[in-house]
Amino acid sequence: MDPIVEFENVGVSLGGRRILAGIDLKLAPGGRVGIVGPNGSGKTTLVRTAATLLSIDSGRAVVLGLGAESGDLSRARSAIGLIGHQPALIPELTLIENLTHVARLAAIDTGRIQHALEVVGLSEAADRRASACSFGMRRRIEIAHLLLTKPRLLLLDEAAAGLDASARQLIAALVRSVGDRGGGTIVVSHDLNQLDSLCDHVLTLSSGRLEEAR
Amino acid sequence: MRFWRQAFEIARVDLIVERRLGDTIRIVVPFAVVALVVFPLALGSRITLVSEVGFGIYWALGILFGMQIALRQSAADTPERRDLQALLGLEPAARFVGRSLSGGVLMAGFLIVLLVATTVLLDPEVPDGGWSVLVISTVLVAIGLTELGTLAGEVTSGLRSRTALASLIVAPLALPLVIGGSQSVQALERDTGILTWILLLIAGDLALAVAGVALAKPLEEATR
Repeated sequence: MDPIVEFENVGVSLGGRRILAGIDLKLAPGGRVGIVGPNGSGKTTLVRTAATLLSIDSGRAVVLGLGAESGDLSRARSAIGLIGHQPALIPELTLIENLTHVARLAAIDTGRIQHALEVVGLSEAADRRASACSFGMRRRIEIAHLLLTKPRLLLLDEAAAGLDASARQLIAALVRSVGDRGGGTIVVSHDLNQLDSLCDHVLTLSSGRLEEAR
Repeated sequence: MRFWRQAFEIARVDLIVERRLGDTIRIVVPFAVVALVVFPLALGSRITLVSEVGFGIYWALGILFGMQIALRQSAADTPERRDLQALLGLEPAARFVGRSLSGGVLMAGFLIVLLVATTVLLDPEVPDGGWSVLVISTVLVAIGLTELGTLAGEVTSGLRSRTALASLIVAPLALPLVIGGSQSVQALERDTGILTWILLLIAGDLALAVAGVALAKPLEEATR
């Protein structure tokens, strides 16, 4: 089977500064790769590159079978789920309205929203505005987004930071479900224990280069 | 079909957010009306002059305060939200159209309220048939100004000085809209025909729509 992500000697620059250089990374179907590294080492840039949100300026990158040279990455994007540093909710909308918005943009059946809210334990808070919710609750709604969109490539960038044990379990379940569907997950974290429990392979990113952590 | 569904969804959510925040009603409209009141005070007791320049003041204030409405919407987009939209498969052109739709509704509403306030406070001279021309040109200016603001928001997305830069882009490009809007009423007074000015506004709106749709995707990729 084709890899979910395949980077060969990938380099990325932002604002004229080289952030990633010579990155080789292969994520097989069902694979779970953890990436650890100091602040400023390029972890978020790597995640956003894997999400096809950033362009590479050297090497070869193929995500979900599509290369940057194919021109239309939007087909790959709709199968990618990303949880970044900050929840991407609209604060003025309620939690259920945020989920409905996501479902409508992605042309997903809105009938599944209630179930997603139940899974993340927010059925009772569904009508609360996102601006009035805690960070953990907003994070859970992002997990609910991903339960709706069912990505084949899951990218978690410090997604579990600041979350309680039950929310971390939700993330672990999400990672397992992506693997069960034949997808792959890349997890970025400072927490080695978390990476050990979630991933089958951990790499270290240092000064824009990936190395085996163990 | 998917394109229009996405565009209407963006417009729907923008209008819900606006209704809850109330920026246009609570901030922009009151300030614009206060500015309308200040003009006659600054001109002193020359009531006829106020009446003569009434619609000039309307167009000047409409453009200045309308720019705030046009630029405000795209400023609400965080990088995280734009990333999410991209990963949901939202077409950048659909976002441009949706944002232009919601902005157009807000802008037209704002300009109509300002028009009523101008009529009540400044009692401007209106030639025969002037009201229908004013309403048509107001709607066309609202559409063009919103498209311009949305386009400027896309161009400056992600920049730290985006607010100042977007204003600098919008101000000169809004001139044809101001000229078309104001001259359509003037032409009625001079009895020289309004068609040229209305066509100028329609052409401006269409050109901005085409530019917005065509540039949406490259701009999104370039500003990421």
